[in-house]
Amino acid sequence: MSIRNTPPKRGGFIPRDREWQPDALTPPYKTSIKRSPQAALLSFPSTLSEETSPVFGHNLIGDLDNDLILNYAAPGQSAIGPRIIVHGRVLDENGRGVPGALLEFWQANAGGRYRHKKESYLAALDPNFGGCGRTITGEDGSYEFRTVQPGPYPWPNGMNDWRPAHIHFSVFGHGFAQRLITQMYFEGDPHIKLCPIVGVLKSQEAVDALTGLLDMNRTVPMDSRAYKFDIVLRGRRQTYFENRKEGL
Amino acid sequence: MQRIDNLRESPSQTAGPYVHIGCTPNFTGIKIYDGDLGTQMKTGPVQGTEITIKGTVYDGTGTPLRDAMVEIWQPDAAGLFASANETRGTADPNFTGWGRSPGDMVTGEFTFETVKPGAVPFPDGRMQAPHITAWIVARGINIGLHTRIYFEDEAEANANDPILTRIEHQNRIPTLLAKKKGDGSYRFDVHLQGPLETIFFDI
Repeated sequence: MSIRNTPPKRGGFIPRDREWQPDALTPPYKTSIKRSPQAALLSFPSTLSEETSPVFGHNLIGDLDNDLILNYAAPGQSAIGPRIIVHGRVLDENGRGVPGALLEFWQANAGGRYRHKKESYLAALDPNFGGCGRTITGEDGSYEFRTVQPGPYPWPNGMNDWRPAHIHFSVFGHGFAQRLITQMYFEGDPHIKLCPIVGVLKSQEAVDALTGLLDMNRTVPMDSRAYKFDIVLRGRRQTYFENRKEGL
Repeated sequence: MQRIDNLRESPSQTAGPYVHIGCTPNFTGIKIYDGDLGTQMKTGPVQGTEITIKGTVYDGTGTPLRDAMVEIWQPDAAGLFASANETRGTADPNFTGWGRSPGDMVTGEFTFETVKPGAVPFPDGRMQAPHITAWIVARGINIGLHTRIYFEDEAEANANDPILTRIEHQNRIPTLLAKKKGDGSYRFDVHLQGPLETIFFDI
């Protein structure tokens, strides 16, 4: 068989910016102290194991999966709290929408209470609020879901630490190297400045990147306010001219 | 001057103590979805050798984590991924390649019922030893930890693996090896810090 030249393959993932991402050890967030690796991470370029990822089809998603106001509520009832729509796009670092991304989200109820047996905050449970939902991004990477705005709550760290209102997000892109869990905060929440978990972020720019903005254009008059929250996943190198052995 | 307008990856934040509400809600008693994703990696008869992997995630004091979530991602027995990005062939249709475990409610031990992965090439064409990619999140972990599960009984492949061979501290390689136990299952414990600290990857 003769050797012939073939078009180059797509590039691997752009390295994660560890100067931008939080460190593992962040002492004001006490739990990180004994849960943070101390040896240097082993760096190497992404391989097929990290450039591939499971596929989640739209048929996975139930009708109410993206509606936390209704998905746990008894028939004819709904969750209590400020009604909001959260929407945005999942993009990659190159600015391209990421279609087919699975987003899972979870949160406390409007009083700041999670539905979990280890949760001990005295705020009341809402019998009509479960606290989780999921959706898959559209062709342009867009998503939306409806929920109640979660409340701030106290947590055992310092003597009087409170979490700002937040929604947790888990995101799958197209490569396992993109796997990300993060949190969305709400514009104007005074607890953002005080929170040791927000405090692991290294710059105001990073805090801003996780702060959803009130988006009046997407509100539903007399029904729900809206917050916009974009999520950026790692991108892949775009050049076709990767280092490679000629002829392969 | 022009501007490079690349976006920055969203900063990571801890999964917190209630990651199971969001990712394995049925496990916590919240019944909204039909089932929790990632609990069944095999959807029918699979090709290759079926294996069980069990392990526990320990903190720096040796205490097991009971609020962690572990995900694994791997090819099928032939080395093919059930992924849209797989261009080398079609993976076993009865194998998802992706598993997610909240760990046992009491002990924190995670369990995966899977198949022994086939070998996959490194970008330069050399073969990598069979391995599974693992990702660990929990309260106190600010950014998810990537590691790999290799197999102690693949000594020859491991000795030629492009990544294992370039690890400076070769005495730490056993932290990446799943060990065969008497009952036939593999054991893969994760140590977040301490003398047995698992090698974590920046990929």
